[in-house]
Amino acid sequence: MIELKNIHKSFGDLKVLKGIDLKVKNKEVLSVIGASGSGKSTMLYCINGLEPIQGGSISVDGVVVNDKATDLNKLRQKIGMVFQQWNSFPHLTALENVALAPRVVKGLSKNEAKEIAAKQLAHVGIGDKLDVYPSALSGGQQQRLAIARALAMEPKYMLFDEATSALDPELVGEVLDTMRMLASEGMTMIVVTHEMGFARDVSDRVAFFHEGRVEEIGPAKTVLSSPKSEYLQKFLAKVH
Amino acid sequence: MDPAGNAFTDLRWVDLLFLGEAAIRTIQISAVSILVGTVIGVILGWMLASGNIFVRLLVNSLLDVFRSVPLIIQLILFDSFVSIAGFPMPAFWSGTIVLSVYTAALVAMVARAGIEAVDPNLRRAARSLGMGYWQDMRYIVWPVGIRAVFPSWIGVSLSVLKDSALVSAIGYIELLRASQILTTKTQESFKIMLLVGLFYFLMSYPISKAGDYIEKKWQQ
Repeated sequence: MIELKNIHKSFGDLKVLKGIDLKVKNKEVLSVIGASGSGKSTMLYCINGLEPIQGGSISVDGVVVNDKATDLNKLRQKIGMVFQQWNSFPHLTALENVALAPRVVKGLSKNEAKEIAAKQLAHVGIGDKLDVYPSALSGGQQQRLAIARALAMEPKYMLFDEATSALDPELVGEVLDTMRMLASEGMTMIVVTHEMGFARDVSDRVAFFHEGRVEEIGPAKTVLSSPKSEYLQKFLAKVH
Repeated sequence: MDPAGNAFTDLRWVDLLFLGEAAIRTIQISAVSILVGTVIGVILGWMLASGNIFVRLLVNSLLDVFRSVPLIIQLILFDSFVSIAGFPMPAFWSGTIVLSVYTAALVAMVARAGIEAVDPNLRRAARSLGMGYWQDMRYIVWPVGIRAVFPSWIGVSLSVLKDSALVSAIGYIELLRASQILTTKTQESFKIMLLVGLFYFLMSYPISKAGDYIEKKWQQ
């Protein structure tokens, strides 16, 4: 379980998160929507400790992320993250991209790591691209490569930070399909997204962020079909 | 001495051997300096890219000194200094020390540029997979950065190879100094300079070709 209690986060004088409370249960898919700058991506970065917080507490399976004594490198192994920019390692083939972390972080042998990598690449549908460098892959394929790379660490949680926002429209579908597949396999996911269709169809709950706060949260269909918050009504009117 | 009383000797094959030996000394002093200078330079470059403001300020001002004072002056100053201080050392060593520091100052800028050329998002992705700082450095920053600045590093190496000629100023008999000695002996300055130029070309060309080759290999 991921639990956020009264999170406060600022960049200098700019307050980005102003008291976020959130619980994500195992096997749950939570979609986070909201305007740019509402703090949704920042929250994801805080969950795996890529960004420090100034107040409150975050725990993942009872381990406190913002505790100085926590071994973040160890914790991050069970929290996979997929970014808006797919961030493929340009000097490594698809197979090596995925095999790197299992080998150097988990200490698996080269062959074990490659086996896992090949399996995960096949899982996301690019099993025929093992020896291809990222520069020869489309954006959608690179994003699926990034998903496979995170999955190879066998994470318990997956965080998606606008994973389809940087893609050409015709490539969005293949990445969303991969995310759907993960959800159906029972992966616990927090998905920051602008894809309302995905949020409605795939997620159990939807949280609407507004100016650093959770303005509204609830079952996906309720929140998206009959929003209570005026801000959410305006937001949905704009994106639909 | 020939009957006409000519004090100079003709250029002989053995002189070519003399130049060849000197070329080997040029290669030795350059190779050691490039190696040592690169190691120190990478560490300094890392301090410039990752250190706090005080570290950066300190390293930068230090490097400014070595970059602004002509190499030949650094050589003479250092060589004189160690003599005066009572630790005279062979010209090879004082030359190597100064040339290494000079190389380090140049490599530091290259290394910093290399580290900064790596997209921070790439590094975040690496960290998000559970890689530690040094794993990120070793498996992401180093290979990605080195590809970005490898041509610059080859450029630095080539210029150090040629600048090693200045070590002649403190009496080390490398290629340039050897050519001066031969010129004094034979007065065949044109031929000798042509030869020396050829020697430098033969040393530089393979380096730059090897650089091109490695670059192409990486670009696939």
